[in-house]
Amino acid sequence: MITDRKELALIANTIRQDLLRALNTAGSGHSGGPLGMADIFTVLYFQAMKHDPQNTDWDERDRLVLSNGHICPVLYATMAHAGYFSVDELMTLRQLGSRIQGHPHRSALPGLETTSGPLGSGLSQGSGMAWAAKLDGKKHTVFVLTSDGEHQEGNHWEAVMFAAKYKLDNLIQIMDRNFIQIEGNTEEVMPLDPIKEKYEAFNWHVIEVNGHHYEEIISAITEAKAVKGKPVLINALTTPGKGVSFMEGDYKWHGKPPSAEELEKALAELQQVRTQIEQDQYDY
Amino acid sequence: MQINSSLHLAEALWDPTVLKSGATRQGFGKALVEAAKRDERIVGLCADLTESTQMHLFAEAFPERFAQVGVAEQNLVTVASGMAAAGKIPFCSSYAAFSPGRNWEQIRTTICYNDRNVKMVGSHAGLSVGPDGATHQALEDIAITRVLPNMYVIVPADVEQAYAATLAIAQDTHPTYLRLAREKSPIFTTSETPFEIGKAQVLVEGTDVTLIGAGPMLYEGLRAAYLLGGKISVEVINLHTIKPFDVETVVASARKTGAVVTLEEHQINGGIGGAVAEVLAEHAPTKIHRIGMRDCFGESGKAAELWKHFGLTAESIAQEMSVLQFADDNDSKHST
Ligand SMILES: Cc1ncc(C[n+]2csc(CCOP(=O)(O)OP(=O)(O)O)c2C)c(N)n1
Ligand SMILES: [Mg+2]
Repeated sequence: MITDRKELALIANTIRQDLLRALNTAGSGHSGGPLGMADIFTVLYFQAMKHDPQNTDWDERDRLVLSNGHICPVLYATMAHAGYFSVDELMTLRQLGSRIQGHPHRSALPGLETTSGPLGSGLSQGSGMAWAAKLDGKKHTVFVLTSDGEHQEGNHWEAVMFAAKYKLDNLIQIMDRNFIQIEGNTEEVMPLDPIKEKYEAFNWHVIEVNGHHYEEIISAITEAKAVKGKPVLINALTTPGKGVSFMEGDYKWHGKPPSAEELEKALAELQQVRTQIEQDQYDY
Repeated sequence: MQINSSLHLAEALWDPTVLKSGATRQGFGKALVEAAKRDERIVGLCADLTESTQMHLFAEAFPERFAQVGVAEQNLVTVASGMAAAGKIPFCSSYAAFSPGRNWEQIRTTICYNDRNVKMVGSHAGLSVGPDGATHQALEDIAITRVLPNMYVIVPADVEQAYAATLAIAQDTHPTYLRLAREKSPIFTTSETPFEIGKAQVLVEGTDVTLIGAGPMLYEGLRAAYLLGGKISVEVINLHTIKPFDVETVVASARKTGAVVTLEEHQINGGIGGAVAEVLAEHAPTKIHRIGMRDCFGESGKAAELWKHFGLTAESIAQEMSVLQFADDNDSKHST
């Protein structure tokens, strides 16, 4: 378990660099969401979650359901660095015959809890897992990662009600609140705010965090685990494209990989940040 | 090769390097603007995929007649049903995997059972959506739409035909599913090629075997017929309308050749192969061989790689058909 923010920042930096390399090699795929969620994935796999890359069927492992499957480059890059498979294999993303499918496919790759890509159905699956764990008296936590865009799906809100009804306090939803989707700002495409009030009205416990601030993420998960009788939403405010100046905040990077030149520029920027982190000059 | 001259097909029919190419979704996008100019009842709705499905052309031309519903395919088609009830002609688009993939019951009850004039446009259908992988590769959409009463199902073969089909369905009053592809494919029909809903097209006449297909993959079938030219005489039918099914054309051809091969970028169960098998079993029992997805999911890969991997290129189709040796087997031919 790594709690030191410098160490976490270095891992997240590596994950960002590698996911961009994999996307560039693939020639298609999503850049914005993955970069924005790299810090949260780092905390989950290196600090918060109980898991064992060598024993993916371990019954006591925490479950991670990635509902917004299109951000899988960050899941894959994190899993590679956590020891599930090699970074070389990560570079086969989206290629014929690869286990690193364009959207996560459970039976292709050990360590994935479910197949996803079609939006809005992850919270239901996570709720099913959490309820089953309660029935069986099991102690693990189910983390469901969702996006803001998929909150426009009815299926998602059906699960919001279910989780509250069955008091699934072993379920933690982390929402990537980055305010973008394919065609623009979420509040223009189909307004979602106020998120906090909506969830509270649905009997959820809501915690808001800066999705790039390690201490905030860690303490939110600790707080979430202590909540009794309610499911918890961690509403993570993130910057899509985080770490690459020309991608940050721009919805046009939702579903594009970097070209060779863009990759070079992006890696140079990330490398600069890395040096700052190493020399304790990074402004967290 | 007996090319059907009444269809005015492209001149360099056999040469994909000479034929221009385009994606069927592009033909739809352009035609929708044209149809909307002609009929002000037409409205457009989309679920966060306006540009991908090429509905952005309509949205830019008629912003006040366009609704962005967000990532909400169930809402997409049910709002459309309501608009049709109020006299509008809604076109609603998404990826085929999600519409009609996700919202099937809503389509069944609120559009088909209600008999509402809604046009459902499913783009990025088939394996050829490529690297996104199996979740995004709609391979069951023809099956789930063609079983619905009142529904029409149209699968245009190229961008030119998608244009014609869009104009035609805009004037028809049935609930309709229009299946489109993301990738470019050879354009082998022309603006002179007629298009009539429900009227299959015999592209090439032959005597040994009938090859029936639809959508961009049909060109692979045409090329396979060409490759087999000397050995097996293949009649090629463009079944652009899966429903209503053109029983007459298909049965006549099956009776003539006595053997049928179907080709599709879809599960062979329930798709074109299924539809043809049902009709022939009832009207003219004929030997059938179905080429397509054999009860399996796709995977990530480039479109061309996937077609090759699953045996759906002209070369594989020709190979598969030559092994069937229909040319030597005339026993099952029917007298007409
Ligand atoms: C059911 C479904 N409908 C449509 C899509 C196509 N799609 C993929 S990502 C996306 C945008 C979703 O917004 P969000 O997840 O917030 O995107 P991000 O923040 O990662 O850019 C859409 C509509 C899908 N994957 N699933
Ligand atoms: Mg988003």
